Amino acid sequence: MTASTIPTPAGTTKVLRSLWEGIKRIPPVYPVFFLIFIILGFLSPSYQTANGITAFLRRTSPLAILAIGEMMVLASGGFDLSIGAIVTLVVLGSSLLLNNDPAMAFPAIMIMLGLAVVIGLVNGLVVSYLKIPSFIATLGMMLLVKGGALYWVGGAPRGYLTENWRAFGRGYFENVPLIGRFPYALLALVVIGLISYFIFHWSNFGKQVLAIGDNVLASQLSGVKVRLVRVITFVISSLFAVIGGIMIGGFGGVNVTIGEGLEMQSIAACVVGGALMGGGKGSVPNVIFGAFTMEAIFNLLNLLGLPKPYKDAVQGLIIIAAVAYVVLSTRKKR
Amino acid sequence: MTTTTVSGNWFKKFLRSVRIPPVYIFLIVIFLGGGVLDQIFSDGQIFTNQAIFINIIVRSVALGIVAVGQTLVIVGASIDLSVAYVISITAVMSSYIMQGEPANVPKAILVVFAIGALIGLVNGLIITKLHVNSFITTLGTSLIIKGIINATFSNYTGSVPKSFQYFGYSTIGPIPVAVIVLLVVVIAGWLVLSRTKFGSHLYAVGGNVEVARLSGLRTDRVIIGAHILCSMTAVLTGLFLVSRLQSGSPWVGPDGLYDLESIATTVVGGTALAGGKGGVWGTLAGVLIFGVLDTVFNQLGVNPYLKTVLRGAIIVLAVASYTYRSKKEAA
Repeated sequence: MTASTIPTPAGTTKVLRSLWEGIKRIPPVYPVFFLIFIILGFLSPSYQTANGITAFLRRTSPLAILAIGEMMVLASGGFDLSIGAIVTLVVLGSSLLLNNDPAMAFPAIMIMLGLAVVIGLVNGLVVSYLKIPSFIATLGMMLLVKGGALYWVGGAPRGYLTENWRAFGRGYFENVPLIGRFPYALLALVVIGLISYFIFHWSNFGKQVLAIGDNVLASQLSGVKVRLVRVITFVISSLFAVIGGIMIGGFGGVNVTIGEGLEMQSIAACVVGGALMGGGKGSVPNVIFGAFTMEAIFNLLNLLGLPKPYKDAVQGLIIIAAVAYVVLSTRKKR
Repeated sequence: MTTTTVSGNWFKKFLRSVRIPPVYIFLIVIFLGGGVLDQIFSDGQIFTNQAIFINIIVRSVALGIVAVGQTLVIVGASIDLSVAYVISITAVMSSYIMQGEPANVPKAILVVFAIGALIGLVNGLIITKLHVNSFITTLGTSLIIKGIINATFSNYTGSVPKSFQYFGYSTIGPIPVAVIVLLVVVIAGWLVLSRTKFGSHLYAVGGNVEVARLSGLRTDRVIIGAHILCSMTAVLTGLFLVSRLQSGSPWVGPDGLYDLESIATTVVGGTALAGGKGGVWGTLAGVLIFGVLDTVFNQLGVNPYLKTVLRGAIIVLAVASYTYRSKKEAA
């Protein structure tokens, strides 16, 4: 009798324990995001509809894309402070290049992507070959790109962004089954997310980035081409900044301060998604959800009627808490 | 022949004993180069007009004071991004408390230094006790301060009494008071770093925290102390700015880019971002380079946006002059 009853509870506890181990391994950003999103749904019925949810995802897509690029650099142990300035350059430069001519949209985007490659290359080469810490190198690049963009347009925004250029930010696929409308911006995030996931989690390149972030000397000795990998991370970060910038210009319009502070917001999204400063840790899906979580928290504060300035204060608290959580939980394991 | 080598050695020894950082050569080159360009393309006031020369230094006072504090923090391998908003909160709080009354000045100064010390203490405690990276910690606290300031003050608030403007505008003989204050702060920073136990501990912690801890240093206290001193210098910069502007505004700190510029001047001055190396004299040169550039650009009438571009390029070039020979990979 005892023999038949005792194993069952022991078995269930074992199952429960392994389930608990599995749950514990889920990064905290997912439960936090879904919890906040459910609260949002209770407070505002628009978050219960497919339309409301896709609108939310569309708004967050550019930040998520910027954050993925920033994460590549952070994971290798560096910083990229120039991405906010690149967004400003994309919006101001495109409005000038377009010159109200829709036919120029494609060439303008190509020119911007070309500029991004140049900016990323210079960032990477300056860090790798002049041995300047990336904080200073990309700070210099930030001043250079921002000053250059404003000099180019003469200090004030000129021209308009044509509708077809802005479509990437604000357009929708209509009549999609089940959800109705599907924003282009979200498709871009899905595609970029998948490509980045492949690059970062499945290819050798991603492992090399993390290895550099963990220990430069050790990765160098085991044959990683440190400088090449580092240059590529900066180029990816600049390219993603252009793609994010096109979407931000799409909903925001032309504005000289449009890119201000985006570098810090992206770093914050990375940190909320569990990426570590100093490198060696990072994950594409977690960072995307880091950006979602931040946006969801801001929307929650809006719904609760908190004045706008508190948004900054809450963002400050969140990033400190997120890093403290990661550090303290990894310390306990040791 | 022997005499020349002896005198050469003597000169080298002298240079080594006073430790003039090589960045001063860069400063002199920029000053002379800018002056020559000014002679050719403009009215040549930089070499002839003493007022412009003094103006270069007065422009550098605000950045210079906070950069000394930033140097202490960076020597300890930390970083402080919150100084811009500490400057803002000092400016608004002090002019709010003063309300143009000379009697309120001591109270206001006391309150803002207390706020500064508290912010430095919080920064230091989060970095050392919660083990949060200093970049994130101070970015976080600066956002928190920004939120609090913007929720409370939306425009110029209060005013400072005439007597308080002494700090910003008056002179002792030909030398402005502000310049004397800057020199006092730089010398104090130099004494702290090179002549006190705390200073040597700071270099040790910045060089290698683990080694410093294992040799028995209370590393946490050293980092917290550096952050408190840094916030205090930011408060002093805030007081200087408010005495010149006569009323505090919430955007005075971030608009002056004091966070990033104090870090840039420190690194241009030869202090390594990785910590453990550098000093305040180099930082002073870095600040003066920025001041000279500003003045030269103004004299030549350079487009303001082009100024930003040139600034970015010069920061990178100046730092490259230290780092390009280094064998270690940068990150």
